[in-house]
Amino acid sequence: MTALLEVSGLARQFRVRRGAWPFGRSATLHAVDGVSFEIEAGRTLGLVGESGCGKSTTARLVLGLTQASRGEVRIGGEKLPPTGSAPWRAMRQRMQMVYQDPLSALDRRVRVGRQVMEPLAIHGIGASGERREKAVAMMEAVGLAPHHFERFPHELSGGQRQRIVLARALIVDPQLLVCDEPISALDVSIQAQVVNLLLDLQARLGLAYLFISHDLRMVRQVSHEVAVMYLGRIVEQGDPDQLFATPAHPYTRALVSAIPVPNRGARRRLVLAGEPPNPVDRPAGCAFHPRCPFAVARCRAEIPELRTLADGRRAACHLVEELPQSWAA
Amino acid sequence: MLRYLAARLLRALLTIFLVVTFAFFVLHLSGDPAMMILSADAPPESIAAFRAAWGLDRPLWVQYLNYIAHALTGDLGNSMRDGRPALDLVLERVPATLSITLPAFALKLGIGIPAGIYAALHRNSTADRLTMLLSVAGFTVPSFVLALVLVLVFSVQLGWLPSAGSDQATSVILPIVTLGVAGAAILARFTRSAMLEVLGQPYIRAASAKGLSWRRVVVEHALPNAAIPTTTIVGFMVGTLIAGAVVVESVFAWPGIGRLLVSAVSNRDLAVVQAILMLVAATMVTSNILVDVIYGWIDPRLRSKGVVDAS
Amino acid sequence: MAEPLVALRGLTVDFDTGKRVIRALHGIDLDVAKGEAVGLVGESGCGKSVTWLAALGLLGKQAHVGGEVRIEGDNLVGAPVATLERVRGRRIAMIFQDPSSSLNPVHRIGRQLGEALTLHRGLTGASAAAEAQRLLDRVGIADAARRLGDYPHELSGGMNQRVMIAIALSGQPDLLVADEPTTALDATIQAQILELLGEIRRETGMALVLISHDLGVVAENTDRVCVMYAGRIVEDAPIATIFGGASHPYTRGLLAALPELEGPRRRLVPIAGVVPEPWNLPSGCSFAPRCERVIADCERAPPASEFLTPDHRVACIRAGA
Repeated sequence: MTALLEVSGLARQFRVRRGAWPFGRSATLHAVDGVSFEIEAGRTLGLVGESGCGKSTTARLVLGLTQASRGEVRIGGEKLPPTGSAPWRAMRQRMQMVYQDPLSALDRRVRVGRQVMEPLAIHGIGASGERREKAVAMMEAVGLAPHHFERFPHELSGGQRQRIVLARALIVDPQLLVCDEPISALDVSIQAQVVNLLLDLQARLGLAYLFISHDLRMVRQVSHEVAVMYLGRIVEQGDPDQLFATPAHPYTRALVSAIPVPNRGARRRLVLAGEPPNPVDRPAGCAFHPRCPFAVARCRAEIPELRTLADGRRAACHLVEELPQSWAA
Repeated sequence: MLRYLAARLLRALLTIFLVVTFAFFVLHLSGDPAMMILSADAPPESIAAFRAAWGLDRPLWVQYLNYIAHALTGDLGNSMRDGRPALDLVLERVPATLSITLPAFALKLGIGIPAGIYAALHRNSTADRLTMLLSVAGFTVPSFVLALVLVLVFSVQLGWLPSAGSDQATSVILPIVTLGVAGAAILARFTRSAMLEVLGQPYIRAASAKGLSWRRVVVEHALPNAAIPTTTIVGFMVGTLIAGAVVVESVFAWPGIGRLLVSAVSNRDLAVVQAILMLVAATMVTSNILVDVIYGWIDPRLRSKGVVDAS
Repeated sequence: MAEPLVALRGLTVDFDTGKRVIRALHGIDLDVAKGEAVGLVGESGCGKSVTWLAALGLLGKQAHVGGEVRIEGDNLVGAPVATLERVRGRRIAMIFQDPSSSLNPVHRIGRQLGEALTLHRGLTGASAAAEAQRLLDRVGIADAARRLGDYPHELSGGMNQRVMIAIALSGQPDLLVADEPTTALDATIQAQILELLGEIRRETGMALVLISHDLGVVAENTDRVCVMYAGRIVEDAPIATIFGGASHPYTRGLLAALPELEGPRRRLVPIAGVVPEPWNLPSGCSFAPRCERVIADCERAPPASEFLTPDHRVACIRAGA
């Protein structure tokens, strides 16, 4: 059986101007550089990484909101049609996006009920009476009451707005939901509500999620598989429990050890030196080598392939088998 | 930097060229100068002779190429009315116009900017509300209405100032005030909103948290940032120094460029109109370049901005 | 117990919107001892930032501050501007959530740092430049001499936060209030900044108030946590007590809503409902409408803060019940 979403060798470059205005020369920014993964129906892939690692560009590429430079995206075995074409628009019904900031994803001047119905009109589904019925039902499914239908976005709380965004995405019965930091703008107690809702909807509707977040705890909570990105590439991919308990790639180790925990106990923290380099100046060899405490000569010369390790997960590191088991050396 | 300036200059010249071309065709297609200057009931032979003398009998595109060729050598043609070089006619009016627009410009800056800053710093106070009320009044009242009111009060009623002309030293006052008020009003409003925007920025609070006095926060941190948007509108005002006084000059019978333009247009004195338009375009374009240079100087972010474009 | 460095007593803040007056803080009592690290935790709008902006008189004219903020004999509430300016940056320094917009975009880093050095230490010219360079070096900025000539937009968010910390250190303050200092930063940079703050604290003995929405951040970097809800401190206890035996239902709710990083995954237990609007607070305990343990008495009056043990106080009539 083929997976619902198949992404292979996906890449996207941007041309940028570098240097002080009005000088500058043009350079190439590899926002996403050869990313492959699959998501089956009813399952969630968590995509984590720091800002600029390409996770949001990956989301846009998957939906065809940004045209890929290389690689391909298949939905249910069908290749994603060119961005903007009629078949692409039809295909978009099957995959919807949920953004970080629900307030800016909604039109402030339009009652939320109308906004929930809008995708039905765009895709020409149902008569207008049915649309309204369906919107009310969908709002109920995401935990909103019928009286919210006539409200404006500013009259709702952050969590309620994100529910509206969800209802709007779900009303066209998509198979895939791409969630780009869907809970980052919400308060802790509300995050839990939305995460539980996402899990319930998945169980009920068999949705597949591409769940992008910088919050590793939440990613573990929702994901069946996790991929860690650094400077446009996946550096580690595998089972969330395994990946967070015993991260293999040095970058994953650093990310995991950066999560503040109440009782650190015997585990030592691996604090990385420096900052992620500008994607335009991607280091040669392993892009992580300048910040990696374990780097050797080979890392500076040779780009490590993402390969499957003995325990089934995948990592892109030359030294992964030789590194000490405890987090920090 | 040089390459940038060269590109800017080239663009500026292109703009002027387009303005001149556009004006040339509009003017030549919108009425016959011979009729206007000789009057419509002049004998046909004199009209024909006039046309021949000014080259108006040749095809339009020949006239156009001819005009451009001369313009490139600095010859903008002669006035059809008194035969003198159009450029001389225009340039000799410049001092008269500047003698009212420059003081008016100073008035705009001198009143508008401080008033805007004061209003922003005392937001929602009576002074703020009053300033904004005056400001709305200042730029909603058309300048000819304001001019007439000023004349009624200061010339007719009080008899303090001359109502028109340029024969007395005090003649400049009413035109300057008329021009200055509207500009000051616009500038006050603009400066106020620029200041309010800046005062709401996190770095203002952070500067206060450092222990700086409010005065220093305003002078050293708020003003330089508020200057950035304000520069745009001030630059625009510089651009109107030459041709921004058409209405006021007409109302006060002030012998500046504006009045020359009005009479040249109604007379179809083509060369003069063209010369004025070229001068106006040149000032506008120059002030635009000036604004860009000033931007780069006060806002370091513009100096090093990387431009991202898709490929 | 020794005299606290800073003592907030019954601190209230009312915002006058012109149409109505909204109470944002309902009487905050909080001591910060010399060298102590205190965490202030709560969701957006709970008043955790407002507390310290109010203490330093940084809220502007629309805010009316009541109560007391005592620091070495001075009461800052209602104090003359000159007194406040002597405290700001010198006794109490503050850093903010968004470092890049907390620095003035049109001035060089060196100038913004030098300004604080002149103000607090009277340094000018070469001595100010040397000290500025030393401070940048101290906060871990490589190539400090060259960085002094940079503008904020030329540095990353993490670098700018380091600059903010350097500016804060220039006044050699007794207390640093860090208002969500790492919220806008990436995980690995957050770890660096928190590590740096810890190092500086160990070196200088400076006290720290760490304001955060993230219980984990506070837990790792402070000795004691105050949990705030709707303009009140609802629980105040040492870290171990909060994580081992929190008493307030809200604190417990926050902990239950947080997913684990290890062990079996369990379904999160969200806190039902939403935070009440500040102008629409219930008459009793503000948390009562969302509380699982609510009883009729909870709705009568806001509960007073009671000490369960000398270092653990809770504002809940059912605490310990």
